[in-house]
Amino acid sequence: MSVTDAPPNGGGKNFVGRSMKRREDSRMITGRGNYIDDMVLPGMLHMAVVRSPEAHADIVSIDTEEAKASPGVVAVYTHEDLTDVIHGPLPMAWDPPGVEIKVPEHWPVKKGQVKHVGDPIAVVIADTKGRAMDAADLVIAELDAKPALVDPEKALEDGSPLVWEEFGTNVTHQWAVAGGDFAAAEAEAEVTVKHRIPNHRISGAPIEPRGSIGESRAESVTLYSATQIPHIARFLLAGILDMPEDKIRVVAPDVGGGFGAKLQLYGEEVLVLAVSKKLGRPVKYVETRSEHMTNSHHGRDQIATVTLTAKKDGTVTGCKAEVIADTGAYHQLLTPFIAELGFPVAGGCYKFPAIDFSVTGVFTNKMPTDAIRGAGRPEATYWVELMMDKLARELDMDPLELRRKNFIPKEEFPYETPLGIVYDSGDYHGSLDKLLQNFDLDAFRKEQAELKEKGIHRGVGFSTWVEVCGLAPSRAVGPQGVGLQAAFWESAMVRVHPSGSATVYSGASPHGQGLDTSFAQIAADRLGIDPEMIDVIHGDTDTGPFGWGTYGSRSLSVGGEAIARAAEKVQEKAKKVCAAMLEAAPEDIELADGTFRVKGSPDKSMTMAEISGAAHIPPQELPADIEPGLEETSFYDPENFVFPFGAHACIVDVDIETGKVKVIDYYAVDDCGPAINPMLIEGQVHGGIAHAIGQALYEQVVYDEEGQLVTGTFVDYALPTAAELPSFNTDRTETPSPVNSLGVKGVGEAGTIAATPAVTSAVLDAIKDTGVDWIDMPLTPMRVWQALNGDGQRATEQGQRVPPHGQESAGSGPTSPGEGGGA
Amino acid sequence: MSQTVPLSVTVNGEKHESEVEPRQLLVYYLRDQLGLTGSHVGCDTSNCGACTCHVDGESVKSCTVLAVQVEGAEVTTIEGLGQEGNLHALQEGFREKHGLQCGYCTPGMIMAAADLLERNPDPSDEEIRHGLEGNLCRCTGYENIVRAVRHAAGASREVSA
Repeated sequence: MSVTDAPPNGGGKNFVGRSMKRREDSRMITGRGNYIDDMVLPGMLHMAVVRSPEAHADIVSIDTEEAKASPGVVAVYTHEDLTDVIHGPLPMAWDPPGVEIKVPEHWPVKKGQVKHVGDPIAVVIADTKGRAMDAADLVIAELDAKPALVDPEKALEDGSPLVWEEFGTNVTHQWAVAGGDFAAAEAEAEVTVKHRIPNHRISGAPIEPRGSIGESRAESVTLYSATQIPHIARFLLAGILDMPEDKIRVVAPDVGGGFGAKLQLYGEEVLVLAVSKKLGRPVKYVETRSEHMTNSHHGRDQIATVTLTAKKDGTVTGCKAEVIADTGAYHQLLTPFIAELGFPVAGGCYKFPAIDFSVTGVFTNKMPTDAIRGAGRPEATYWVELMMDKLARELDMDPLELRRKNFIPKEEFPYETPLGIVYDSGDYHGSLDKLLQNFDLDAFRKEQAELKEKGIHRGVGFSTWVEVCGLAPSRAVGPQGVGLQAAFWESAMVRVHPSGSATVYSGASPHGQGLDTSFAQIAADRLGIDPEMIDVIHGDTDTGPFGWGTYGSRSLSVGGEAIARAAEKVQEKAKKVCAAMLEAAPEDIELADGTFRVKGSPDKSMTMAEISGAAHIPPQELPADIEPGLEETSFYDPENFVFPFGAHACIVDVDIETGKVKVIDYYAVDDCGPAINPMLIEGQVHGGIAHAIGQALYEQVVYDEEGQLVTGTFVDYALPTAAELPSFNTDRTETPSPVNSLGVKGVGEAGTIAATPAVTSAVLDAIKDTGVDWIDMPLTPMRVWQALNGDGQRATEQGQRVPPHGQESAGSGPTSPGEGGGA
Repeated sequence: MSQTVPLSVTVNGEKHESEVEPRQLLVYYLRDQLGLTGSHVGCDTSNCGACTCHVDGESVKSCTVLAVQVEGAEVTTIEGLGQEGNLHALQEGFREKHGLQCGYCTPGMIMAAADLLERNPDPSDEEIRHGLEGNLCRCTGYENIVRAVRHAAGASREVSA
């Protein structure tokens, strides 16, 4: 790792660091955005999907005759009708060395069996969306229902129904990593705490549903899609459709939020192209919200059994996490990999000398899980932080004192964890100090006691967290590393036009992050022009180089760095052109205050517009080693991840009569390195916290015992509204990352990774006098009330009462939690 | 299903004589027949409010109104609220205070807020939050939406003062 010598502002007019207003906003505040469902192509047809009402069934027969005769219907296709255009199943990208993963065939339209509610059985194409949906209701599928498996722990029991009989097991894979000597830590532990910690299934739920349009013309196809990964999608579609990539174009127009739910190649994206190829007309599919709930991948759904070992003075000596990951019925692009993404931060921001981390993936008859905002890291952060609280209770120690005792000191960065992950930079005491400057804990405790006298149960919870993002160094994550069959560099192309304005092409694919604005700020400082002179283009595989898209809080630290590097290459060439024009040596040209000038002779200078004019239309002969034009490309593969961190505090009131939790206040101190645009950072933190409060208190994807989805709409799946959420008090520290020249770390997922333990901990603090020391998320009124009224019993993730902790019947499966509670 | 009924309605000040299916929802009439795609569909169950527009001055969720119900009415959509160069105070406020990210909920949020400010020109933060609880946003955590509405309320009061 090295810090480049480039000044942070690149020599321009210091646009980096300013809260510049977003260039994206104009069209969106006036209703002129261009989202998938706004697009109409000539001759366009509409697709509806016939979906399984059963969680697990054999397909006995499918009668499409009545649907085909329905008004406006152009075609009805089942699996067999599409084999001439769909040449392969949907891919899964993880192939870890030495680990066997059971990978079922995953076809866009199913053959033989359906494995979860919503599984596609047929597609109907008609002239309007309404007629397609009408006709979809007329497709008669005879299904022979089989026993459904819903509970991931039951999946591991002998005699449970098998989701895939051909595998003879419900276990998808087992993966483990260890560093240090946990067995010794456990043997020598003075204190041990252990707990079984579910992290329930949630939906990404962007407000824009998924949608795609397939357009086939002659030998070429175009997919317009609400996707976070247009380039990856093209690469995968080339295989599935058996077409060369140059004949496939993928365009992501305005995308109305992703949150990981659009980090995917879905069957419907393949289907609109396949059907368009068969019919020779464009075909649009936009999911209903219920289809989003049944068929856009879910997130989380893990059960971690976590053990912390410590000395009596609070020094943590070891951490072991055994994770059961419910992958659902199939593997989508990254399904079995998501739980493993927790391992880099399995030690949190603490100096744990030994860490054991293992994952057992299991099939169930549910929609596959995959990346949802945070993806593996919220789960790990949730259990690390809550177990630190639990250990503090066991030791009768202040939870913040325990944290401080175990923080990795800032002098020790870069810090290598026992699992071989190198945290780039951090100042964990610093962020906690700043949090406690903003939030007066002593005053709070006084207020808390006074309120209690009045019957108001107020509590505070803390989360001191670190996350790993900026996906990613290809050598660590790709085939040579943990085995994703991909690389994770990012590309940028910077083109200065003859008149001095510029276009930046990025391989990232933003969908609300405001990167058009921040990318322009980065390029502007290096080109010596104003951001208003720079257009940012992304999300179209026909423009600019290949790129890996937007997810994993990577777009700034990888994509932004690629732009900085390409712009610096342009700057170098501009200096050469300038030197030739001014008859000076290139090394004597500097960019300062937005002007290229001869050092020591400020009157001899040129603007970028003048230089670009000369580069394109030379008024005099330029040296032979200078090619015409002013355009450079950069492919940047980071040497390491980046590790944002911070300290959050959540304050809640718990109504112990009803179990209702109200978030009263929220304080956050985040550190994502030097700000490119502070306004955008603050917005990302706000949204991330809200997402986590949603998971902690309100949101849960629920399947009943037969595998029927109970939460099929926003009536049942409760996103937080403005009325539920408090005002957020956000602040920052700036600890530069040594990994990239901008010093930046990601921030898109930070709030979501940080906040669930803070919320949960706050609730437990508010009710600590009741003896309840654990409630599983989501902390709905029912579950809190059950915990409070169960004579010390606790509520499980399904909301039923179970015997008190430590008296449970022995757990199930190979990672049985056994006895819980403190040792 | 192919049977249609006549509809006469004024949208953003322009009179339209249309034929619609009796089952046609207002939001699809606006989007598919008039090409006013600023009103978005996000949930199908009138929870998210992305489709919010005004009918005779009051905000409605246009996915919950049949097109035939606006016979003779005046409908205003986000496109009619203000354009670049002549923006409504709320449109300015959302840009000024970073009240939007992906932009999908934004038109509905602005239209709901416009109705709120019409009824209560100087709302408290709590009144703003309750006034907008029929509109979902997944990106902003609402913090900057509240700031945007407050900003717009202040700007509007300055103009009328």
